[in-house]
Amino acid sequence: MSFSWAKAYEPKHPVMRWIDERLPLPRVVYGAVGGGYPVPRNLNYFWNFGVLAGVFLTIQIVTGIVLAMHYYATTDGAFNSVNGLIMRDVNAGWLLRYAHMNGASFFFLVTYIHIFRGLYYGSYKAPRELVWMLGLVIYLLMMATGFMGYVLPWGQMSYWGAQVITGFFSAFPLVGEPIRIWLLGGYAPDEAALTRFFSLHYLLPFVIAGVVILHIWALHIPGSGNPTGVDVKDERDTLPFHPFYTAKDGWFAAAVLLVYAVVTYYAPNYLGHADNYIPANPLATPAHIVPEWYFWPFYAILRSFTVDFVLAAKLWGVLAMFISILLLFFLPWLDKSPVRSGNYRPVFKRFFWLLVVDVLILGYVGGAPISPGRIALGQAASAYYFLHFLVILPLVSRFETTLPLPSSISTSVLHGEEAEAAPAGQTKKRGGSVATATAR
Amino acid sequence: MVRVIGFLVGLVFAGVLLISLISNAATYFQSPPAPLASDEFHKEPKEVRFASDGPFGKFDKAQLQRGFQIYSEVCSACHSMSLVSFRDLKALGYNEAEIKKIASDWKTQVPSINPDTGEAATRKALPSDHIPSPFPNEVAARAANNNALPPDLSLMTKAREGGSAYVYSILTGYQNQPAELLKKFPDAKTPQGLHYNPYFANLNIAMPPPLTSAGQVTYAPGNPAPTVDQMARDVAAFLAWTAEPNLESRHAAGLAVAIFLLIAAILGYLAYQQLWHEAKRAVRVTGPLEPENQAKTRRAKARQRVAG
Amino acid sequence: MATKAQSAEGPATTGHAEGGVRRRDFLNVAAVSFAGVGGVAALAPLLVQMAPSADVLAMATTEVDIAKIQPGQGIKTQWRKQPVFIRNLTPKEIAEANAVSLSDLRDPQTLAERTKPGKTNWLITLGVCTHLGCVPLGISEGENRGPFGGYFCPCHGSMYDTAARIRQGPAPKNLFVPDYEFTSPTTVLIGGTGKK
Repeated sequence: MSFSWAKAYEPKHPVMRWIDERLPLPRVVYGAVGGGYPVPRNLNYFWNFGVLAGVFLTIQIVTGIVLAMHYYATTDGAFNSVNGLIMRDVNAGWLLRYAHMNGASFFFLVTYIHIFRGLYYGSYKAPRELVWMLGLVIYLLMMATGFMGYVLPWGQMSYWGAQVITGFFSAFPLVGEPIRIWLLGGYAPDEAALTRFFSLHYLLPFVIAGVVILHIWALHIPGSGNPTGVDVKDERDTLPFHPFYTAKDGWFAAAVLLVYAVVTYYAPNYLGHADNYIPANPLATPAHIVPEWYFWPFYAILRSFTVDFVLAAKLWGVLAMFISILLLFFLPWLDKSPVRSGNYRPVFKRFFWLLVVDVLILGYVGGAPISPGRIALGQAASAYYFLHFLVILPLVSRFETTLPLPSSISTSVLHGEEAEAAPAGQTKKRGGSVATATAR
Repeated sequence: MVRVIGFLVGLVFAGVLLISLISNAATYFQSPPAPLASDEFHKEPKEVRFASDGPFGKFDKAQLQRGFQIYSEVCSACHSMSLVSFRDLKALGYNEAEIKKIASDWKTQVPSINPDTGEAATRKALPSDHIPSPFPNEVAARAANNNALPPDLSLMTKAREGGSAYVYSILTGYQNQPAELLKKFPDAKTPQGLHYNPYFANLNIAMPPPLTSAGQVTYAPGNPAPTVDQMARDVAAFLAWTAEPNLESRHAAGLAVAIFLLIAAILGYLAYQQLWHEAKRAVRVTGPLEPENQAKTRRAKARQRVAG
Repeated sequence: MATKAQSAEGPATTGHAEGGVRRRDFLNVAAVSFAGVGGVAALAPLLVQMAPSADVLAMATTEVDIAKIQPGQGIKTQWRKQPVFIRNLTPKEIAEANAVSLSDLRDPQTLAERTKPGKTNWLITLGVCTHLGCVPLGISEGENRGPFGGYFCPCHGSMYDTAARIRQGPAPKNLFVPDYEFTSPTTVLIGGTGKK
């Protein structure tokens, strides 16, 4: 940790000292989430969502492990083990299944808010590029885990979702179909696919946990960002993580868990699809195949390419879908503005909100039945998505005029009182952050 | 470099999407897709309320028993309910002896083996058995039903949009195909062997109307009269139970958990506010409001006024 | 403003020290312990899901036809996925069992206590040795019955008598007698009285 005023770990309890001398885990914990990690004091509630993602990862792992004690990973037994055994006969089985089902949705929800926080406040910019990219790796692993988990109950949507998603690979010429067959262990989703998806679904969350540790470690080198995007300068800018942010994270987590509990106990199937309560039938396709809501924007992008042009439409769709996520890895180099936070970038801010609306539209299009109007809407929204990141952001970041930054975090915390009486037009550099001179 | 490539990729995707959009629009306006009969004549489930609806919903045990009676006397001839065990019927208010009798009297027996010869045989059901299926396999089921497979009913209200209201609507929705439909869509006459029902997704359902006349099932005294409407409500309510037998304990546990989390969030919020209130005061004491820094600010301002 | 800052110093650092500390700590302690109780309560479903599920508890009762078992013969069958020995005792075996004095037994029980009234010849026990769980020999024709004429466990040498009571060897208890009832003179329903 590069903050000189960070408190050193001084174990008061003799047992803690004994452990720390032999395995320095207590001091690592103290320095990461305890009183020894200085955090900017001006964080808003959008900074709570990383911890919330960790909470839901834990919920998923715990409920998943106990569900695996009763689940049968066979095409004959899977549906009945979930809907017959777990939901009816296993003690509290219905609670564990609904908790796991809705926990996945909430895990994605808090992660999306966490990602959009990063997009708005420039959390992906130097020196946190690797934090951003590790986060994207976590997101990709989450998508794989979520997809495989949805296949496990072996309902109609499980089966046909597996059919569609593994079908992506056959879009690639020459190697596509062999890869698809290799993935499935067969020609269509069957016993082999189900058992391997179960194995990988059990494994990946632990891989996610490992990457999460790297993600947090990479973050703790420069320390957390903050809504102004201005670097931490001295002690007045920060507060120790414990007890200030443990308290803030704690109460807000209880509130979010309240929402999660209300959904799990009172509307457990609202976010799901009725067709998954029908056992899988390889001979009958459901009227509308849709993935779970958290994949809808990508599904919309996939389905937007309807015309062959040099490449087959299907291949365009698959490429666009993959690239829509891969381009995010390059964001730190696409958006080179030295100002981090959207609060001080008025043009960027407007396009950000346009992106939010755009993603919501894509989500709507991805989840609704196909209609000519919706296809057109999806095509426009997909076009905007790519233009936003690949054309608009680079241009905006190059040519926009930003607002003057506060001279420090603690200055901004005091709501522009006497301390912000620095004369207009000051361009004095302090600690690496640059305020572009403007006449307001 | 990254930005140049990104720029081009973005333009390419946007371009291909534009081509797709224009092409689709052209096709749409030149030859708009033909409407389907189901687009216009399909009906959403009827508005009907059940005792188990809503966050405080509970099952009406008497209604569930009537519904089970309808299932066993009418529906079980074709529809299996393989996820429900006879012992589960305890939740409907039957005692052990009654359940034993229901199981052993069940018209379909459970497959087993002749203990002497080892040949396939059947035995009477026990309370621990799942409700036996009327057909031994899918082929037999289709053979007996004009090549249509009567679906298992255990999860029916969760497997269809609209739940119990959908089931009720189907059961009470059989009618003659309206003349208007045949006028607009002359090719959409209900095929032989199917039945017109506007609440079914493609309007023509293979199941013949199962509830045709009042009194088809005789209810025990003290129950409402078994009209078609009442019977449909009762069996739909029963199917809500088979799909969600834990509904009542789920609602009760949910209330306890929600109240607990609400109190935890409030306590947490108060503790957080108290903690931060003190921190904010600490900032002011050491920050720019310190008298020394205040004096500096005043001097700087004075110099500005002199200069400007 | 200056005076406000100065006067704010006083209560901020000194006045809080007494009543304020208690107030602050109480709220923190309350919040944390309330959350802690919730955390412990959240463990409940995780632990209880491992207990036998309703289908296991439904205890498949096993009905056994005993018409063909002659006196002196026995059969091995299954109940709750465990072996069950059903033996038709000869009058000689019954007399031998009754002749044993209770003080000689590690786990004192009479034959009458281990059978149904009027049917003392029907000895129905689990075929699980009470030492470490092996299946003893002696139920089938030609198997070693041990010196007491009942059952013999080859794993560590536990020896049971004609009433399946432990007489010698490391087993602490007699072979377990499950709940059962005669649904007819020739059929027995094991697990049938529903008490367990």
